[in-house]
Amino acid sequence: MNKQDIETAVKAELNRIAPDIDADDIDRSENLRDEFDIDSMDFLNLVTALSKLLGLNIPEADYDQMESFDDLVGYLSKKAPA
Amino acid sequence: MEYEVIKKPRSAGQTANMPDYRKVHETFAWADAHKLIDGLPGGKLNIAFEAVDRHVAAGHGAQIALRWIAKSGERTDFTFKDLQDRTNRFANILRSRGIKKGDKVYSLLGRVPELYIAALGTLKAGAVFCPLFSAFGPEPIQSRMEIGGANAIITSSRLYKRKLKNLRDHLPDLREVILIDAEEMDTTALAPLMQKASDAFDIEPMDPEDTALLHFTSGTTGKPKGVVHVHEAVVAHHTTGRLALDLRPGDIYWCTADPGWVTGTSYGIIAPLTNRVTMIIDEAEFDTNRWYDILEKEAVNVWYTAPTAIRMLMKAGKEATQVRTFKALRFMASVGEPLNPEAVVWGQETFGIPFHDNWWQTETGGIMIANYASMDVKPGSMGKPMPGIEAGIVEVTEDGAKELTEPLAMGELALRPGWPSMMRGYLHEQARYDKCFSNGWYLSGDLAMRDSDGYFWFVGRGNDLIKSAGHLIGPFEVESALMEHDAVAEVGVIGVPDETAGEMVKAYVALKPGHTPSDELMLDLMGHARKRLGPAVAPKEIAFRENLPKTRSGKIMRRLLKARELGLPEGDISTLESDEK
Repeated sequence: MNKQDIETAVKAELNRIAPDIDADDIDRSENLRDEFDIDSMDFLNLVTALSKLLGLNIPEADYDQMESFDDLVGYLSKKAPA
Repeated sequence: MEYEVIKKPRSAGQTANMPDYRKVHETFAWADAHKLIDGLPGGKLNIAFEAVDRHVAAGHGAQIALRWIAKSGERTDFTFKDLQDRTNRFANILRSRGIKKGDKVYSLLGRVPELYIAALGTLKAGAVFCPLFSAFGPEPIQSRMEIGGANAIITSSRLYKRKLKNLRDHLPDLREVILIDAEEMDTTALAPLMQKASDAFDIEPMDPEDTALLHFTSGTTGKPKGVVHVHEAVVAHHTTGRLALDLRPGDIYWCTADPGWVTGTSYGIIAPLTNRVTMIIDEAEFDTNRWYDILEKEAVNVWYTAPTAIRMLMKAGKEATQVRTFKALRFMASVGEPLNPEAVVWGQETFGIPFHDNWWQTETGGIMIANYASMDVKPGSMGKPMPGIEAGIVEVTEDGAKELTEPLAMGELALRPGWPSMMRGYLHEQARYDKCFSNGWYLSGDLAMRDSDGYFWFVGRGNDLIKSAGHLIGPFEVESALMEHDAVAEVGVIGVPDETAGEMVKAYVALKPGHTPSDELMLDLMGHARKRLGPAVAPKEIAFRENLPKTRSGKIMRRLLKARELGLPEGDISTLESDEK
């Protein structure tokens, strides 16, 4: 999976949780939870869905590496087999 | 599974603020508790004086009152003297902008220092402070500002633009919008005013029965209720902080609750400051590593948090705790919803001390039933009534409430009114307020039982309210927002069990003719609800039905939806007229 595929997957999952916010309108380097107006539970659901979809094990200890949209995509790209 | 009682070592009792629960409970009088606050001349008082000014006067101005940790991780300290100066300035600003005693000052802010300064500065000026949760959407914000008659609000430009700007035409009483970080049209920028304002202010001496705080809570039907609390409440805030949370002057204390909810005000602003502890305020949302870092590096002594967060930490596993030591941690408490026994025991195994669950409500203003530092803990129990509080299990019949004294009898949890932080009313809703009382009992709406040792156990809620991540959500508010969508014919909203959040908001929707269920429509409804209600209140799941179960009068039977969702017996369905399809 390349970075583009991962970004598409992240956008799709975010759209399921926060369909009122367009991923193209947000500041990708700002706090993801603020930008998408999602709470801790939403965030947990997002990461769980992404880990299932991409077949990745994402430990909670890594959550602080997913501060912004760009961080999240970057983290997943690093983890996912190319 | 039966959980073993967690016995407290004798040393716990020797050092705790309340060494012997039974003794204190027997001899306690609120008149004595009153002596622990200073008051103002002529029998007057002011919560903000007890929280800030009296400590400066007593020579503790240099102690850190508030350590703020920004999302970036940067820390900023405010001493009691700093807090005094800033709250005085804020009170002067309110005065200069025409905000008078008794006016309503709202906040819509994340956990930033300005929120704490505004809360205390508002009280100093004799105005009523009403905090709104920043994750609310425009609809919950509008209804709460309308009901309370907000005269001023302090917020950020981001929240203003997203949630408030378009509401202003509906809020005729709103005279002043103060922005902490910028200036927009028809708003006032805080920073230049703070710079100009004097740091001296004659605190408004309040009558003990003058309104200080307005907290909104959800109802099962109708609009949210504005719960009125008075300045006298500080007596209970202070004493419950001392006895139930074991707060001692100089402690490092972390309350993770947001001041948008009552816990974050009573125990996230008032009780810690009146007890002269150093409060840790974290701007960021929950994060496992960050939270453990704060506990360890800030050397937190007393930690007050919530079941959802505890369960998220449990899920994160042992690795994160094994590399850390929490030597300073002395007492841990939990509130928001009943804490499951596994979590109490996990606390003991992970930190060497159990979590101490306690129970109270927006209406009670402060902790009513608790597990105490010196008292053995029965995991899963909410503990025993605070000194000064008489709690009972009652059965409510046509003749009113009657106490059930038989151990383990199930009934409604009730309290004898009269403690200082008891609500004085629901704003403009006398009838709804009156309905809370029967035969000299305040009825909590929660079902519970009391065992033969006097410990109380939560059984369930006696109404349709939803508790998600510790936040009380009224199904009616969610249903109303969804009903505004063009495709929706009827809606029933319930809480479904969730292993982390306790409950999750789920909506059952029947569509109008001409609309068919689809994933696309589901997401459209979800977005519609989030835009209006915000993430804290909007449903996390939406299911389509052809028809919802209704009574003869057309009332949707949420209870039946829930029983079916959980696979429980449907109970009495004699009023069911039109069934679910």
